[in-house]
Amino acid sequence: MFKISNIYYEFRRIWKAISLFFVLSGPGIVVMVADNDAGGITTYAATGAKYGNHLIWFLLILIPVAYYVQEMTVRLGAVTKRGHGEAIFAGFGAFWGWFSLIDLMVVNWLTLVTEFIGMTSALRIFGIPPWLTVIGVSIIMLIMVVQGSYWTWEKIALLFCAVNLIYIPGAFLVNPKVADIMRQGFVPHLPPGGFNNELFFFIMANIGTTIAPWMLFFQQSAVVDKGTKEKDIPWGKVDTFVGSVMTVVVAIFIVIVTGTILPGINIDDAAQASQMLMKYNKYAGTFMAIGLFDAGFLGAICISLASSWAFGEVFGWAHSLNNKIREAPWFYGSYFFSLITAGCVVLIPKAPLVLITLFVQVVAVTLLPAALVFLILLLNNKKTMGEYTNTLWQNIVTTTIVVGIVILSTLYGISALFPDLFK
Amino acid sequence: MIRGFFFHQFVKVREINRKYATPNVVMSRWVRGSLLFLRLYLIFLVCLLLYKFITLL
Repeated sequence: MFKISNIYYEFRRIWKAISLFFVLSGPGIVVMVADNDAGGITTYAATGAKYGNHLIWFLLILIPVAYYVQEMTVRLGAVTKRGHGEAIFAGFGAFWGWFSLIDLMVVNWLTLVTEFIGMTSALRIFGIPPWLTVIGVSIIMLIMVVQGSYWTWEKIALLFCAVNLIYIPGAFLVNPKVADIMRQGFVPHLPPGGFNNELFFFIMANIGTTIAPWMLFFQQSAVVDKGTKEKDIPWGKVDTFVGSVMTVVVAIFIVIVTGTILPGINIDDAAQASQMLMKYNKYAGTFMAIGLFDAGFLGAICISLASSWAFGEVFGWAHSLNNKIREAPWFYGSYFFSLITAGCVVLIPKAPLVLITLFVQVVAVTLLPAALVFLILLLNNKKTMGEYTNTLWQNIVTTTIVVGIVILSTLYGISALFPDLFK
Repeated sequence: MIRGFFFHQFVKVREINRKYATPNVVMSRWVRGSLLFLRLYLIFLVCLLLYKFITLL
């Protein structure tokens, strides 16, 4: 009897912890899954097709990379109750503040265009014209925020995050050889052909898609909007860790799909990969296209919100998803303005979409190093962070990661400017 | 109306500049060094972009 009551008590305790996790989780999972945006899906699909399972071990390294960077935004947001944009203004003055804010607007808007490119090309496979996709997406995004409740927005976003897991059953449909995946994927080694410029380019591309400037701004603002308190920081860390595992798991399954079905094929975009997959397995290709649309959608809602939050914080407008549209007209106005203008660009005939996609990489490297350096410096500001200041160990780990990201993402951006550099 | 809107925003920007005139992060040697690095890094990127633009013309 005593044993049964003990088991029941343990069950209740674990269930309570899980329930609490689901209440407090959100920003970390949403930002990390949204990190697998349309551009990210293309990168993973191309990596799988090029190197098969040989770079899966490298993707696993990206879990701590993403976690350690994003975890800092949780602490900074929960302690200071400021978004990243406002924190930069307060911490480093107006010059760096305006630089970050304006650069963020430009990068985010260009990235939004790429998300719309992904969404429209994914739904075009099913015969849906781009104009209908843009209108449909805009209506769904309106419905998500019209409630005036952060909680509702977050739970709908989490639902879309769950759709992103569609790549997992997609991988089982193509019957990959598990023994090959285990042997080739989980033992660190160089792929056949050794270390060359092309491999270096793919490594840079994968690192470049792991951390984007909008992610820092988004998660910190979301933590503040959610009302995360200092005592909730451990849950925020778990949320971020679960998110970083999810994002890499999804990436690995994409690699497995394209590595199994499209080995050695050069992939330019994920929609092209979906169509190629459909020739071999209709459902796997369909899942890839649905996942691409979902990835673009998640990216679009997070990126446009990151911009609106940052603007609202700095200009002092009401800037919470808990506000109704009439209570925060500038916040929602800027949210829809960026969404609709980015959507309209995709509809312009002969718009230079490839140039925009390349330009995103270049502009992003002007902001990413600054945003990351500011993040570490702010986390070392004892005056505001108190007991949550970075420890020596955290500084060693995060500085190493940031230096690596800055070098590789800069080289990736330069490779977009000078394509022959790494060929 | 448009003039009024821009005037209001201009005033707002000046107000923000005043509000954040003094950085609250202590300007230690590390912080100064990091900010200097960022400045040089941005100048480097701008030079690269200019070079690309000129060679494209």
